[in-house]
Amino acid sequence: MVIKKIYKYMRGYRKYFLGAMVATALATLFSILPPLVVKITVDSVIDGQPLDAPPFLVFIIEKLGGVPALAKYLWICGLAIVLAALGNGICAFLRGRWNAVGAEELAKRTKDELYDRLQKVPYDYHVKAKTGDLIQRCTSDVETVRRFLAMQLVEVSRILFVVVFALIIMFSYHVPYTLAAVATVPLLFIISYRYFKGMRKVFMLADEKEGEMQTVLQENLSGVRVVRAFGMQKFETEKFEKKNNEFFALIVKMTMQMANFWGLTDFMTFVQIGLVLFLGVYFNFTGSLSLGTLLVFLTYEGMLIYPVRQLGRILSDLGKTEVSLGRIEEIINTPAEADTPGAAAHPLKGEIVFSHVNFSYEKDQPVLKDMSFRIKAGETIAILGATGSGKSSVMHLLLRLYDYDEGSITVNGCELRDIKKDYLRERIGLVLQEPFLYSKTVRENIRMAKFDMTEDEMFAATRAASIHEDIEGFEKGYETMVGEKGVTLSGGQKQRVAIARTLIKESDILIFDDSLSAVDAETDAQIRAALRERAGDVTTFIISQRITTLMEADRIFVFEEGRLADEGPHAALIEREGLYRRIWNIQNLLEEEYENE
Amino acid sequence: MNEFDEQEYTKGLDIGLWKRIYVLVKSQRKRIVAVGAVLVMVALCDMIFPLLNLHAIDTFIGAGDLSGLVSFIFLYLGVAVWQALNVYLFVGNCGKLESHVVYHIRKTGFAKLQELSFSYYDTTPVGWIMARMTSDAQRIGDVVAWSAIDLVWGICVIVFVSVCMFIINVKLALITLCVFPILAVVSYFFQKVILKNYREVRKLNSKITGAYNEGINGARTTKTLTRESRNFDEFENLSRGMKTSSIRAAVFSAIYLPIVMGLGSVGVALVLWRGGMDVQGGLLTFGTYSLFITYGMQIYDPVYQLARVLSEFTSAQASAERTLSLIETSAEIIDPPEILEKFGDNLNPKRENWPSITGDILFEDVSFSYKTGEKVLKNFNLKIEAGQKIALVGETGAGKSTIVNLICRFYEPTSGRVLIDGTDYRERSQLWLQSNLGYVLQTPHLFSGTVADNIRYAKQDATAEEVEAAAKTVDAHKFIVKLEKGYDTEVGEGGSRLSSGQKQLISFARAIIGDPRIFVLDEATSSVDTETESMISQAVDKVLRGRTSFIVAHRLSTIRSCDRILVIKDGEVAESGNHRELLKRRGIYYNLYTNQFMAEQEQKILG
Repeated sequence: MVIKKIYKYMRGYRKYFLGAMVATALATLFSILPPLVVKITVDSVIDGQPLDAPPFLVFIIEKLGGVPALAKYLWICGLAIVLAALGNGICAFLRGRWNAVGAEELAKRTKDELYDRLQKVPYDYHVKAKTGDLIQRCTSDVETVRRFLAMQLVEVSRILFVVVFALIIMFSYHVPYTLAAVATVPLLFIISYRYFKGMRKVFMLADEKEGEMQTVLQENLSGVRVVRAFGMQKFETEKFEKKNNEFFALIVKMTMQMANFWGLTDFMTFVQIGLVLFLGVYFNFTGSLSLGTLLVFLTYEGMLIYPVRQLGRILSDLGKTEVSLGRIEEIINTPAEADTPGAAAHPLKGEIVFSHVNFSYEKDQPVLKDMSFRIKAGETIAILGATGSGKSSVMHLLLRLYDYDEGSITVNGCELRDIKKDYLRERIGLVLQEPFLYSKTVRENIRMAKFDMTEDEMFAATRAASIHEDIEGFEKGYETMVGEKGVTLSGGQKQRVAIARTLIKESDILIFDDSLSAVDAETDAQIRAALRERAGDVTTFIISQRITTLMEADRIFVFEEGRLADEGPHAALIEREGLYRRIWNIQNLLEEEYENE
Repeated sequence: MNEFDEQEYTKGLDIGLWKRIYVLVKSQRKRIVAVGAVLVMVALCDMIFPLLNLHAIDTFIGAGDLSGLVSFIFLYLGVAVWQALNVYLFVGNCGKLESHVVYHIRKTGFAKLQELSFSYYDTTPVGWIMARMTSDAQRIGDVVAWSAIDLVWGICVIVFVSVCMFIINVKLALITLCVFPILAVVSYFFQKVILKNYREVRKLNSKITGAYNEGINGARTTKTLTRESRNFDEFENLSRGMKTSSIRAAVFSAIYLPIVMGLGSVGVALVLWRGGMDVQGGLLTFGTYSLFITYGMQIYDPVYQLARVLSEFTSAQASAERTLSLIETSAEIIDPPEILEKFGDNLNPKRENWPSITGDILFEDVSFSYKTGEKVLKNFNLKIEAGQKIALVGETGAGKSTIVNLICRFYEPTSGRVLIDGTDYRERSQLWLQSNLGYVLQTPHLFSGTVADNIRYAKQDATAEEVEAAAKTVDAHKFIVKLEKGYDTEVGEGGSRLSSGQKQLISFARAIIGDPRIFVLDEATSSVDTETESMISQAVDKVLRGRTSFIVAHRLSTIRSCDRILVIKDGEVAESGNHRELLKRRGIYYNLYTNQFMAEQEQKILG
């Protein structure tokens, strides 16, 4: 049930909505008073008929000295109207305030929960997720739910209260007249509900058409070179014109349906109000109805008949809220990453041992097969392998971005599963091939990794990453914004900022996952030299396809199809037949080619 | 930061801006007048219904005379039908007006976009243009149709009801309207504050969307930096600010409405009091008394609506201004009237007057600088004979793309001339040159539609045989027939259902189907996979045969076979010659070649 779902969603802030509803009820009570005051004034005070009003009003009038006193002091009646409006105003204000607080607090909580959960879900979730869809859930779905809570929910209760209160008073005055006064209301509601329900389908169709038009526009804009190069402006204009026109025609059709609906229901409304007027005249003539009561009926009729269509609309929209709520909850209910029970912060300086590790991203598609190796603390290991040979997967496992299926990985004698993930990732510096820079300043980007870095530490890191001079060259230096709102960094610059960001924190293990691929050979060499100088006892992994980057490592691992095919220092590997030597030989190939020319 | 930032918009109501918008919707003048007339009717009826009540009360109840009741009922029903018809006409016409305005803005905008020069596209993000053409256009239509209508309606109701009241009873009319000025002042103040609050909310909202974007796209990096909780703290600051602003905005609205109602009730109360005294004194009928009470209750809604409408106009101004800025931008490369006269424009080309093209190209003292001021080419000279294959190599930013853009006339020289077949190309229409151009981008751009649609793109009247022949020439036929529906397979948005190699081949077929004399092969990415690489290099040779062609920084296999290789450095030709000659020089080309050779070979082995 939708209502139950929404009720559950409102936990923690239900009291605001309850308060808003109570305020709504009171405001409604206040809003139905003025017609009664007018009635009493017209019928009893001025026309001198006996008092005919709800008991509490009779009580108040008696206290004030009865009808004659009112006739003498007619301003009291005026004051009553103002007081009722005041009471209505105060309650309406409270309703608005509490409703806003409740809805906005819930919206904030939902946004926070979504953001937090999206940060904490496993790495794999983001590899597979579609960004556009996630963002839509976080923004427009949250907005749909917020809108419902902020506007529609209390509006529904307001309409219901008006209907109930007005009907009670109307019935108390004249039963047959009341029945006649609401005769067409149910029909009006049903027509509205069905109309708006039907419109949802048309809206969906319109969305589709609009999407098609946007696609043509989008393709035209991003393909502007193709369009111009082939001189196809005319064709494109006609293509867009067609879609623009289709969308237009659909909207016009929708408009006409809307016009039909409003014209028809407005007519029904007028007839209903007319019926109240005619019958009122009739009942007054037969003596069963006073003029004041007739005015009450006319006013109440207006108060309850106009919102009926609105009610139909809101109820027909309820399904949309439910869908949005479901889409939000899907994210919030995704399990977050968790540590193995009893995991601790275990020092990482020491041997890294992979023993018979098996791993796959998808079932039945093994990526690492029986991988075993042993690395001493402080060693520099270079890894070479074709795409899909498992280079990056090994690094993912080491950071526990993914969990290994079988075998064991130990660091400094401790099984990886028993180390806290946060600690592990804090102590291992990983630079991804396509690193993400946040749209903050360069300085803030580097500070991401170490909150309390000093100026000197920052410079040391950026110098080591050979990016310091580039940054100084920007107009605003370290205060330059990265991304859309500032400078667009080249791929190599991005990689180097990411390297600086990783170097700023103290790590026990450093991993460069093909993170120098967009840097030219000379700068690559500089960075490696700087790294060697800083290295000390840090265990370093360098993944690369560039042989000059690899050859200085203590040992080189050659991965082939998820297995460690070969390993050893450069000098040993070039002596043996294998992948490494084939690549090494390219240089000779080049020489040969030059000979031939 | 830059002009495309969705920056804060703080201006008040700007009448001049809406006048400019009016120019844009002038074609709808008739409909606007019609809607206005219908609205006057609606407002009239709004005034008449209480008058009918007055009549009923005074005649049937007050005087107790039922003789005219039947004809009154018919009169009432007549007015009801009339008003229902008015509502029908007004909803229908307003909706049509809105659609027409939106449609027209989009049409005008699109036509402008087809005219604007590349310098515009270089500096304007696609997302920015999209927003102007979609949501902003919608917003303008919305405001022009519905808000303007509420404006007219509100004014009409206020005027009609006031006039009617003054005619019936001047004293009571004055009493009813006495709180009006206060209401106007209060409304003005509140709408201003509320608008400011909502702008703040919108600004924060777009920041939150940005934060989600970053949080999701950067989630993997965030994990490796263990920044989850700190990022969350930053986000929570934003969401808290949004909450506070939203509540403040809502509270202001919640205060405003009761004040309107309260002030309105003062008017009604005064009527009840003073009017009641007059009834007691026999100076006023019951009917008139109740009429003024009804009018008193009715007249404050239009005031409230007017205030709302004015603030809606103000807040839609940002949309209007940006959309106008797009439509009012003038293109940089325009064919002069005498050229248009002779060769036709983009939409109505006069192909019969077009001279045929051979393909000799001459750069004569060409200098070029971008709008930003940086000079790319300086007194550049180059002579290319028809049918030659030219490779342009050099570092990013050296000016290779600029040369190609000048040849395609995507840009025009700042000084100097580009001659095609011995004539300055400015003496021909843009379309003349571009219809003779074959152009393949580094990242092939396909349009939604079938494979055949895409190949046929540059030659709409091509037969199925021609399409197939083009595909065969570039060896695309083999894979196309293996696709689910062959040539009728949908390629998906942006060609998303094909591999990048397949897309590239289709874009080759598209480029040759019109048999262009000049061919441009723009920068190929360094990271095409081996499969793609072999597919493309075979096609390239066939495609270029017999055409004047330019190849920008492509694979070595393609460059090696060019007639001439130009090494571009700082806007000048640093080295020129064929592959063998340039290697011998052991200069820039030699170094470039060595690096790329290594990279390509490694990739071949590692895949």
